[in-house]
Amino acid sequence: MAVLVIADHDNAHLRDTTEKTVTAALQLSGDVDLLVAGQDCKAVAAAAAKITGVRKVLLAESAELGEGLAESMEALVVPLMANYDAVLTPATSQGKNFSPRIAARLDVAQISEIVEVIDAATFVRPIYAGNALETVHSSDAKKVITVRPTVFKAAADGGSASVETIAAPAKPAKTHFVDQKLVKSARPELSGAKIVVSGGRAMGSAEEFQKVIEPLADKLGAAVGASRAAVDAGYAPNDYQVGQTGKVVAPELYIAIGISGAIQHLAGMKDSKVIVAINKDADAPIFQVADYGLVADYKSAVPDLMAALTAAGV
Amino acid sequence: MKVLVPVKRVIDYNVKARVKPDQTGVDLANVKMSMNPFCEIAVEEAVRLREKGVATEIVAVSIGPAQASETLRTALAMGADRAILVQTTEDLEPLAVAKVLAAIIGRESPDLVVMGKQAIDGDNNAVGQMLATLLDWPQATFASAIEVAGGKAKVTREVDGGLQTLEIDLPGIVTADLRLNEPRYASLPNIMKAKKKELAIEELAALGVDTAPRLKVVKVTEPAKRAGGVKVETAADLVAKLKTEAGVL
Repeated sequence: MAVLVIADHDNAHLRDTTEKTVTAALQLSGDVDLLVAGQDCKAVAAAAAKITGVRKVLLAESAELGEGLAESMEALVVPLMANYDAVLTPATSQGKNFSPRIAARLDVAQISEIVEVIDAATFVRPIYAGNALETVHSSDAKKVITVRPTVFKAAADGGSASVETIAAPAKPAKTHFVDQKLVKSARPELSGAKIVVSGGRAMGSAEEFQKVIEPLADKLGAAVGASRAAVDAGYAPNDYQVGQTGKVVAPELYIAIGISGAIQHLAGMKDSKVIVAINKDADAPIFQVADYGLVADYKSAVPDLMAALTAAGV
Repeated sequence: MKVLVPVKRVIDYNVKARVKPDQTGVDLANVKMSMNPFCEIAVEEAVRLREKGVATEIVAVSIGPAQASETLRTALAMGADRAILVQTTEDLEPLAVAKVLAAIIGRESPDLVVMGKQAIDGDNNAVGQMLATLLDWPQATFASAIEVAGGKAKVTREVDGGLQTLEIDLPGIVTADLRLNEPRYASLPNIMKAKKKELAIEELAALGVDTAPRLKVVKVTEPAKRAGGVKVETAADLVAKLKTEAGVL
């Protein structure tokens, strides 16, 4: 069987979610091609061609593909599916936006956010905010799958696939791009960061969140996350949100500050390698998943932690 | 302008789902059920569009068992004008849900569909996109702001790393993200009024839509539990342990 992986990128750089999805794809079949769709993204295609195990890179460029319009992505991918038995997309906000369209057009189910490949037709995926794992067997002729990238190891570089340019579809008639405002940040991106420092409702205000969480994150070279409670209260922007309704992260080190550990938050971070919790409530559920718990008020604990990090030469 | 809002009855947001011992699914017997939180946001947005004078009629639709009529009553109490329950005891997959909604929409001809981006049971995040595809209507998913004017909807979308704004020609599909609004609580007078609003019930089979499942659930299991760790006394202890024991600094 042949498998198509749709690359995740920002038109300049390939994101490691792509390499992770390639790893999942290689568990279905050895014949894996990669599609790079965007605008002015030849550098991305060149990087994609280096991923070990990739047979061929397909490159399609147009303004709408660069803007990530779901209708354009669908129109590009559906005809290609004549040559493939499965298409795998990283379950990012972009992938989640267009992948179900491909499934609907092909009249097949989408198998969403898989975390394990059992065989080429059987997959494991989390449901109920990760409180249950569902093993499903697909009887559809073509499989349309999104992959939760954090659980798969990135495929290594070392390949030298060819890059083949293919035509981009016509502009969608009824959807028009207006603009895009991306937050420019010197910090690493939340989903791929090695260390994440997250704040919860205990911060009490956006000013306090910035004053407490951000300097600690910057000291550690970490990305900043937040609980849904903190986002709902307006202390942090929505794209900081870690959890079932936000981003799923699995960094080397996750530091939860003033986060009680609601089910929906745990769903987004429990696969982290090491979890640290700082909370003044010793009974907070976050301590049940934390490798290291510090029962203390963040107001004193975070400055102490900053000082201890400095003393330890971090 | 007519707005259609699909809503789903799911396990309550605050209840922890428990896997059945026979691994056939999640135990929903005697569990509190509520409207899916993202559907609530969608209903609220439709009501706000009417309060702004943009929408004139709001139709709430649910597909599910007889008890889903309670979820529709909640939507009516929040401000929907009438409701349709497509009754079935089957648990439909997203593609089937999209096909059923497409059939209802074919008959109701709304100008705008506002719906939740995902249901917190299946966590698929797929129905809105599939529905847009089947109807060949434009889509704007993960909305954090919607402005409707001149037969178009300008939608601000939550994307990785920021916000994107799209303009879609109506009729179209918008899926709601968390920050679109904060849903209201239905007042007691509105709950009473909702009891008198029209709630039509029809059987799924009567629609003649192919809802056969494409996926077979082999088993449903509990995820591996993460063992709790140790408590440290001071921040200095913490840093020492992270450096030497965990090796992550």
